[in-house]
Amino acid sequence: MSERSSLILPDTGEPGFGLYVHWPFCAAKCPYCDFNSHVRHQPVDQARFTAAFLREMEHMRTLSGPRTVTSIFMGGGTPSLMAPETVGAILDGIARHWHVPDGIEITMEANPSSVEADRFRGYRAAGVNRLSLGVQALNDADLKFLGRLHDVDQALGAIRLAREIFPRMSFDLIYARPGQTVDAWEAELKQAISYAVDHLSLYQLTIEEGTPFFGLHKARKFTLPDGEESALLYEATQEITEAHGLPAYEVSNHARPGAESRHNLTYWRYGDYVGIGPGAHGRLTLGREKLATATERHPETWLGLVESQGHGMTDEERLGYEEQADELLLMGLRLKEGIDLVRWQQLSGREPDPDREAFLISHGFIERLGNSRLRCTPSGMLILDSVVADLAC
Amino acid sequence: MSTNSTRTPLDHIRNFSIVAHIDHGKSTLADRLIQTCGGLAEREMSEQVLDNMEIEKERGITIKAQTVRLHYQAKNGETYILNLIDTPGHVDFAYEVSRSLSACEGSLLVVDASQGVEAQTLANVYQAIDNNHELVTVLNKVDLPAAEPERIKEQIEEVIGIDASEAVLISAKTGLGIPDVLEAIVEKLPPPKSPGGENAPLKALLVDSWYDTYLGVMVLVRIIDGVLTKGQQIRMMGTGARYGVERIGVLTPKMVNVDSLGPGEIGFITASIKEVADTRVGDTITDDRRPTAEALPGFKPAQPVVFCGLFPVDAADFEDLRAAMGKLRLNDASFSFEMESSAALGFGFRCGFLGLLHLEIIQERLEREFNLDLVATAPSVVYEIAMTDGTERELHNPVDMPDVVKIDHIREPWIKATIMTPDEYLGGILKLCQDRRGIQTELTYVGSRAMLTYELPLNEVVFDFYDRLKSISKGYASFDYHLTDYREGDLVKMSILVNGDPVDALSMLVHRSAADRRGRAMCEKLKELIPPHMFQIPIQAAIGGKIIARETVRALRKDVTAKCYGGDATRKRKLLDKQKEGKKRMRQFGKVEIPQEAFIAALKMNDE
Repeated sequence: MSERSSLILPDTGEPGFGLYVHWPFCAAKCPYCDFNSHVRHQPVDQARFTAAFLREMEHMRTLSGPRTVTSIFMGGGTPSLMAPETVGAILDGIARHWHVPDGIEITMEANPSSVEADRFRGYRAAGVNRLSLGVQALNDADLKFLGRLHDVDQALGAIRLAREIFPRMSFDLIYARPGQTVDAWEAELKQAISYAVDHLSLYQLTIEEGTPFFGLHKARKFTLPDGEESALLYEATQEITEAHGLPAYEVSNHARPGAESRHNLTYWRYGDYVGIGPGAHGRLTLGREKLATATERHPETWLGLVESQGHGMTDEERLGYEEQADELLLMGLRLKEGIDLVRWQQLSGREPDPDREAFLISHGFIERLGNSRLRCTPSGMLILDSVVADLAC
Repeated sequence: MSTNSTRTPLDHIRNFSIVAHIDHGKSTLADRLIQTCGGLAEREMSEQVLDNMEIEKERGITIKAQTVRLHYQAKNGETYILNLIDTPGHVDFAYEVSRSLSACEGSLLVVDASQGVEAQTLANVYQAIDNNHELVTVLNKVDLPAAEPERIKEQIEEVIGIDASEAVLISAKTGLGIPDVLEAIVEKLPPPKSPGGENAPLKALLVDSWYDTYLGVMVLVRIIDGVLTKGQQIRMMGTGARYGVERIGVLTPKMVNVDSLGPGEIGFITASIKEVADTRVGDTITDDRRPTAEALPGFKPAQPVVFCGLFPVDAADFEDLRAAMGKLRLNDASFSFEMESSAALGFGFRCGFLGLLHLEIIQERLEREFNLDLVATAPSVVYEIAMTDGTERELHNPVDMPDVVKIDHIREPWIKATIMTPDEYLGGILKLCQDRRGIQTELTYVGSRAMLTYELPLNEVVFDFYDRLKSISKGYASFDYHLTDYREGDLVKMSILVNGDPVDALSMLVHRSAADRRGRAMCEKLKELIPPHMFQIPIQAAIGGKIIARETVRALRKDVTAKCYGGDATRKRKLLDKQKEGKKRMRQFGKVEIPQEAFIAALKMNDE
């Protein structure tokens, strides 16, 4: 076992029960983004959406039953376009339907371009205690390429403000950009670390179908680092964050030990979560099955559905053991802590194929932690998708 | 409908074939003859009536012999029965040509008036001459601007050595000259002979047989002596099988029932015969109670000369493939198959074919008519292996190659190839033949066209020779061959190893001098085709224990989804399901998974 396996994780390692709320609007759509976000040129009727969020919560409560919430996450879109009152009403609604202990992690995503000190104070007053800022880059040229509405100065201003107002703060960077060298990224990353509090999300730029970048990339308007270069960038990222006390606890997420995102851990540990709002996903354990919920993605259509039927769910799938085992594997192996094999075996009804496991271990891609945990090694993490496919078959 | 035929006198019958190179207009001419003699109304004419199969129409070739009876009123006022037996034009079906020709007394030699004599013209016309046919030379496409009938006549006289001065000039497309062709058939081709006449015991030639979905096995016969009647008890002299004749008919080309067939006539019978394989082409049919004393000489049965494995892409289609092959064999006894299993490709069949075109056609029919997705392994010829203990064996599949220490020597089939080409491509073609171990036996010029004769090992020809020839000559060269003999050769089995494991489907017998080049090409190709794995994969070509070529597929460096959006595990799971599905189409070799597509592509590899 390597020395880096110091697994100081928040609370007990239990998957938990999270609440996710999706605010689907952005001031502009970024060319790389394939999330469920929409630009509206008229002001959004926040009161009407708030009422719909509250109604859908009521429905989700009937599905989940009474539970104790371990984290709340407001994502988007750009949730920092919400008025603090909207945020307050949503959080109050959650507390009316489920048990919300004091001090649980309540995260909100924000864009540096939509920062105002008063609004930040308002969110904090409403109960938000962790801010996740979409900084994405620390140089203006790349920010422009990424279609961001802010520049570096605005980003740094937002970071300063967030540090002042919120007890916990994280920000996102996108790397492996066109032409980005390892040296340039290392410098930028070190600078980022100097602004960081206890958490960073560092994603490699990927080209998703249906985004403007997809067409541009196909037309060779820009090229991304190849497999070897992006592997080197990834490895440099791991090294530097680790050296600065922000080791990766997930493929793209880094935190001081104990400062991991409680909410995202719930996804990766394959816990239960409720998804509220347009295009939100949920997982709820119902006896032997797990209910996978997904809501209508289009905001106004979702609104109409909620107002007419009490919820915007368009997909409701009951996952059997085999499907749950697959999801557990592909979410869980993203974590440095790996998966609980006993849990996986209970779901899948089988051991990992001994030949495949021995092969993956002998090549140094996975390792066992004690008797019941299985995880990827750093080199396995680089080819995680292949490892998962190998183990899942 | 049934017509009561009063016997047609022999001198009012003409049985003839058409011999031509592919694309010289044989089928179009046949259509014109049918149309002119009123066999079909205008509205019933579809392009190339006699090419029934979809593939025949598409490729413009005839695969199975077809027959049609025409009624022609000649200028002398007499009505003649003209039986046309349409023959396949391609080298692979030479045996069908020969049996069709043996049922006739004459042939129309059709030559394109601008292209002139081609390799298949030669091959087929020599067969007709071998069968003692009278020939009527027909120059087709004289309406085209490039037509040079006088030059082509000279060429025919020079190359084939027959008198072409009275060649009929036609355009099958426009109908020009068609009446002259019909007159020439009556005037120049001899009537059939019947040594014993109408009252002798029945003696008929089994020309062909095929399977009809509604009528079962149909047998095409040519009556030599005696009369064949409905209800008659007949005997196949070769197989000894006895049948009661159920139905007698002629094709006009519509089926018309008749009560009997007399000397010189050609028609079909049905007789509750179960399978085409029960009938032996070339057999003599006689009356069971009053048999003829002497059988006809018969034909040599067609032997498969090219073998390859056919495997379903989806293992679940194996039984469907078996059933489909059974159905095709009903109609094509020259195609053989037996079960084979391959580590690379799963369960499939080792199949024997008359040649490469035959292989392609069978594969295409299986895919098209039976909706199967197939992988074909590299074609192989039949080798003769002389063992050190004095025994001999035939090798159809490189996988079955015995231990080299027990082999005394290997013999391989050689062919005599005739190639005709415009002289500007001669250099490239000579090089190709030389590279393929060819031995030049003849090189003559007729005008600006060269005629080449080469002796070549068949195994060099089955490996994309024809494709290369076409590309070198931009499609202008024509090619024909026939098997001549077996010769000893320095042949070695080349194995391909992926990650140290031999891949059976890719092993092949090659001449030692070509092994390096083939081995390198295969390794390079596979390197492109095998996706990166979690580890690096050596690809090697080996003869025995000796590695002759090597490439490496580098290990996968990075394969991880950067961002996993919120709680949307569904999308990731769907991707995983797709990956799992993809793995099903992979073939496992030790730890290496090779996509089926890689095999298909590797097996289609070009020489260069």
